[in-house]
Amino acid sequence: MTNPTTAVGNNPAIETANGISDEGLVAPRQHLLDLDDLSAGEINDLLDSAEGMLEIAGRDNRKTPALRGKTIITMFFENSTRTRVSFEQAGKILGADVINVTASASSVSKGESLLNTVKTLQAMQIDALVVRHPHSGASYFISNHTDASVVNAGDGTHAHPTQSLLDLFTVRNHIGDMTGKKIAIVGDVLYSRVARSNILAFQKMGAEVTVSCPNTLIPDEWNLGSTLGDETGFGGLKLARNVDEAVDSADVVMALRIQQERQDAGHLPSLREYSDRWGINAQRMALANDGALLMHPGPMNEGVEISSEVAHGAQSVVEEQVRNGVAVRMAVLYTLCAPGKSTRIGNSESTSGDEA
Amino acid sequence: MAARKLAITGGRVIDPAQGIDRVADVLISNGKIDEVTASSEWTMLDDYEVIDASGKIVSPGFVDLHTHLRDPGQEWKETIITGTRAAACGGFTTISAMPNTDPVQDSAAVVDDVVRRSAADGLVRVLPIGAISIGQKGKQLAPMGELADSGVIGFSDDGNPVADANLMRQALSYSVELGLPIINHAEDKKIGAGGVMSAGTVATRLGLAGVPAEAETAMVARDLHLADLTKARLHIPHISTVGSLVALRTAKDSGVDVTAEVTPHHLTLSDEWVYGLKGEVPAAVGSEAYDTNTKVNPPLRSRADVEAVIDALSEGLIDIIATDHAPHAATDKVCTYNEAAHGINVLETAFSSVFQLVDTGKISVVRLIESLTAGPAAILRKDLGSLKKGFSADVAIIDPGSKWIVNPEQLESKSVNSPLAGVELTGRVVTTIYQGETVFDLNASGVFSEAKQ
Amino acid sequence: MTNEIERVLLTQDDIRRAMTRISHEILEQNRASSDLVLVGLQTRGVHIAKRLADSIERIEGFRPVVGTLDPRLWRDDPEVASGQPLLPSDIPEGVDGKPVVIVDDVLYTGRTIRAAMEALLDFGRASRIQLAVLVDRGHRELPIRPDFIGKNIPTARGERVQVRITEIDGDDAVVLGRED
Repeated sequence: MTNPTTAVGNNPAIETANGISDEGLVAPRQHLLDLDDLSAGEINDLLDSAEGMLEIAGRDNRKTPALRGKTIITMFFENSTRTRVSFEQAGKILGADVINVTASASSVSKGESLLNTVKTLQAMQIDALVVRHPHSGASYFISNHTDASVVNAGDGTHAHPTQSLLDLFTVRNHIGDMTGKKIAIVGDVLYSRVARSNILAFQKMGAEVTVSCPNTLIPDEWNLGSTLGDETGFGGLKLARNVDEAVDSADVVMALRIQQERQDAGHLPSLREYSDRWGINAQRMALANDGALLMHPGPMNEGVEISSEVAHGAQSVVEEQVRNGVAVRMAVLYTLCAPGKSTRIGNSESTSGDEA
Repeated sequence: MAARKLAITGGRVIDPAQGIDRVADVLISNGKIDEVTASSEWTMLDDYEVIDASGKIVSPGFVDLHTHLRDPGQEWKETIITGTRAAACGGFTTISAMPNTDPVQDSAAVVDDVVRRSAADGLVRVLPIGAISIGQKGKQLAPMGELADSGVIGFSDDGNPVADANLMRQALSYSVELGLPIINHAEDKKIGAGGVMSAGTVATRLGLAGVPAEAETAMVARDLHLADLTKARLHIPHISTVGSLVALRTAKDSGVDVTAEVTPHHLTLSDEWVYGLKGEVPAAVGSEAYDTNTKVNPPLRSRADVEAVIDALSEGLIDIIATDHAPHAATDKVCTYNEAAHGINVLETAFSSVFQLVDTGKISVVRLIESLTAGPAAILRKDLGSLKKGFSADVAIIDPGSKWIVNPEQLESKSVNSPLAGVELTGRVVTTIYQGETVFDLNASGVFSEAKQ
Repeated sequence: MTNEIERVLLTQDDIRRAMTRISHEILEQNRASSDLVLVGLQTRGVHIAKRLADSIERIEGFRPVVGTLDPRLWRDDPEVASGQPLLPSDIPEGVDGKPVVIVDDVLYTGRTIRAAMEALLDFGRASRIQLAVLVDRGHRELPIRPDFIGKNIPTARGERVQVRITEIDGDDAVVLGRED
């Protein structure tokens, strides 16, 4: 998945605002399909860049020429205004041309159209493709059939890497080093790509992650009241017996959206019962640590998985998450599209560190 | 039928139906087996064509009870012609055409057409299987008597389970008089709930909806009880789970008339193959994952299930191997995992892939050949799968040391959907003889010669 | 990338004297305007800018605003600094109508300064932009000239000029090394 280029110029010890990072963004990647093979160091570097991007996104004149002349296409097979607008804004602040394509997965006949759509775009020489698709693995499939950089904006129930990055960014900004911190994720795990990506992401940064939800919404082979072993790919994940156990002494409480479809498929008797037994409200938040953050990837079903009171309360960082989303996506697009793509690779005239 | 006289000499002849496992010569004339005899016991005459099989294994031609020929209706995936060619390359001299064609083989008219065209154009023998229900819709019984008259060897709605327990009971009961087995694709789709691969760690990591083993086990149990109730013949296709085997053993012990088959892929591949790394488990999921050539029904199972079916086949709890050869076009496989059609291309890799189990000592070569020859013939109750005198001269000659790398583009089948692309296998069918005629010869030039492996 | 031969071009004292002189020059040319903004380029330029501000404060009694700027997103050769994360820029109270001095450690091809100027122009409309550098090593590829120079050091292209700053590297020095 990575596309190493020759290291251009000198790379002296790579400094970040937080000190020297362990590996750094040494080999420019071609795609961001999941966070599986990013090291904690690479993630920290992306988050460091996001800080710089956040500052730019906050200016009055927020335009930069960084990705001028690049074409980014957002191709969403699932409805999502907020994520698409977030990517669009990210690309435009960086000066790229952003084109939005919406398609309906159901109107796409089996395989042929997805493949042909990708090949058509490939012929138009685009630089990046931001894709959201209802099938797990779709972004890998697409990356195998295009030269453009592919950013996974959510594939089925598998992964949503930029959501995890912005969640990590938000937590880092408040808490700093996440080692040993307790993260509680409450909600549908079985169908949630945000849950999967966040469990992996926060574990990678050294946090301890606990999950709580109805037994019908975790895989059959996971048992409530246990801790998962490494062979599951989510080693160390704690499965709480109930939500109070999960939230107790947590530093971050993350509520995930519960959808009506789950009740329709027989996983839940009703959303009301879910809200009663797993909903994050003021009493449950009080069990968490003082100053614990309340997060939600949005959009929120107030009154179901989260009460209005806490959703808009002092501990809620939901709006920050949205703002951070643009900054993080700017960092991702910039990292994928800018370095290593110019024709000046290997120009020995360029040296870093002393040139001005 | 060839008048030619053929002597296959010096090979290790393994004919489990006759209990033969020794170096011997096989003599053929007029398309029939004359005898299996030691070379000292007969005199070579000039009119004998000789195939030197020293160092090779000489087996009866393989008999497959489960093949999807896609003809009529989906000829872009496979036809009777290409399917029988693929069969010949894999050592199969008899295959059984599943009825899930378009139109479905639920009437004499359609079955007769398949029989006629197979006889005319097929390179090897094709036996028809009739549908259990009209259109395979699981609502109303197909005219099983009429289909039996047309020569079907059993009934199946394969692809679809007979979900209605009453219909399954009636089908079993009705079939008793005909003496033909009901072959039900055991899958409770409600338990399966839209899963696309086996439930478990792999599915969870990949975010793919998983099918629990119980989706098969529950219906196998149901079918066994109904077979017991009706005293009918039940044949379980593509059995794949530990739970199904437990139920099968209990049923056989109590005298239920049941047989079971397992596919080459369920004997050799686990759900870890969906990672796209030939069974390796990666630390990080990569872009080779979601290999649609691993998508099949029943899905590739856990390693524990794989070990269990291997042992069950070896001991005879599972009676035979059947390929479930399911060719698909590229448009059905070059897509997302959810969108991909279920099915693996098997005929030409079947023997070689399971032969690896002989190498590792998990199954004896005799038992392996039995499960491809005498076993299926016994279920068919036909004079096939053996080198007995007077039987059709159907022979497969195997080179046990031949190494080859699977290249789907070079297979005779129209389709290329094999997860074994690039895998090196040891052991290969090198010559196939059907009714005394050579229908496949690896080393000859012409249609079936392999340019290179 | 080992520096086989290292030659000290400027010692700690040389640097201190140069900075004092630059501070005086800046004050002279800007009529000691209290609006003055020193914008240091990440990373070493920032520290140099702070020291200039300290120095100006000692001389004149007022301290110019010090801002930081990472011009990376305005470069025409982004791969040069690739592998390093983008750092935030911060210019308190902006630059509209104010005289700005860009401060950097080494001036070479001029591309960084060109990018910094454009970034500044996107920030706001400064009344005037000047450039202060500790070392000018020549080999300009763009028509950029510094207003305040610590030292002119002619170099060959294969050579590497490294500025060391106590706040980052532990000592103050400008050294010349040879690239592999």
